[in-house]
Amino acid sequence: MLEARTLRKSFGRTTALDGASVEIGEGEVVAVTGPSGSGKSTLLHCLAGIIRPEAGEVLFAGRRLDTLDEDARTRLRRENFGVVFQFGELVPELTAEENVVLPLLFGGRGRRESLQAARSWLERLDVADCAGQRPAELSGGQLQRVAVARALAAEPRVIFADEPTGALDSLAGERVMGELVGAARESRATLVVVTHDNRVAAYADREIALRDGRVVAGATAATGGTAAGTPGEAAAGGVSR
Amino acid sequence: MSIGHVLLGLLSERPKHGYELKKEHDQRLPGAKPLAYGQVYATLQRLERDGFTEVTGTAQEGGPERTVHAITEAGRTELDRWLAEIEAPAPYVASPLFARVVVATLAGGTAEEYLLRQRAAHLTRMRELTARKASGSPAQVLAADYALQHLDADLRWIETALERHTVLKGETDA
Repeated sequence: MLEARTLRKSFGRTTALDGASVEIGEGEVVAVTGPSGSGKSTLLHCLAGIIRPEAGEVLFAGRRLDTLDEDARTRLRRENFGVVFQFGELVPELTAEENVVLPLLFGGRGRRESLQAARSWLERLDVADCAGQRPAELSGGQLQRVAVARALAAEPRVIFADEPTGALDSLAGERVMGELVGAARESRATLVVVTHDNRVAAYADREIALRDGRVVAGATAATGGTAAGTPGEAAAGGVSR
Repeated sequence: MSIGHVLLGLLSERPKHGYELKKEHDQRLPGAKPLAYGQVYATLQRLERDGFTEVTGTAQEGGPERTVHAITEAGRTELDRWLAEIEAPAPYVASPLFARVVVATLAGGTAEEYLLRQRAAHLTRMRELTARKASGSPAQVLAADYALQHLDADLRWIETALERHTVLKGETDA
């Protein structure tokens, strides 16, 4: 479903990725972990088509992603990917509901259908009460739940989350992770979570561990400890596929 | 932790028999190691000897006849004393994890490979606990939280150890 082959990327004199390779299957929930500066966010941005690697290949559903031009990549991202950032990154001038509706409209959905989808996702994430409020009026936990609703409303095939609970206390974080993972599994979407928090990584079927820009463990489902599957199976067995 | 004090706590609700105490202990402390019957009866004997509990009669609910135990005034005082105490923060680093890393370095080998495998094992256990939390009772969730945060502390120590490892190796090589 998603694949990176020997990616290289530097920022100035800092090497962020130094030959990172990884394979992620459809419907898998994976955690990308590693110390600060190990390249985990850069890997996520490459996989999501937000930045281009200097060398190596990124494939989504068998197609090269890194060689597409800006427009084609934007379209592919909008149609297939949902992204949740650490600080929500909602548009401050818009209400919570408008924030969820906007990408749906951009994606070509009708006004009515978009509004309906937005409302049902806000409801599901228990932030329907905040629909009319602007981001500045929301708590950190509410912001992230709106951001999750925005990422999921377009029914993406892959959800990327970069430290989605990084700004939250432990109970609010637990709630966001529970909803994110639950919704991804329900819709059979692939979920890639970048985190430095082991308790967040424990929601995933597999850990992709990075160190110095390389993947040191969990590059494929077979090497990642637990096989993809239902959370129950993954938890009970801990068996490799 | 003292099993005696936990039993006194359970008896502070009402008099109970040994089988009931075992069942309730395991239910209310779901993450703890289940009590063996022998342990329950030995503890009850000690509590009675010390005057903290007394036998108030027998109960029979379809099964065998069972001795019912009740907490005494002295027992309540002892329970209050225990609850008012704090648990002393551990004075020694007693983790086998720590010992393995130091010994591995002393033996001239590398602890790195061990630490990575230990990390994988800890994370697998954390996945099980996280999955269990989704459908657990409030007590089970609390027990899982406790276990998760302790495993997480180990993992964070492992990460620091991995980062310091080159430093450690340099020290023993010198």
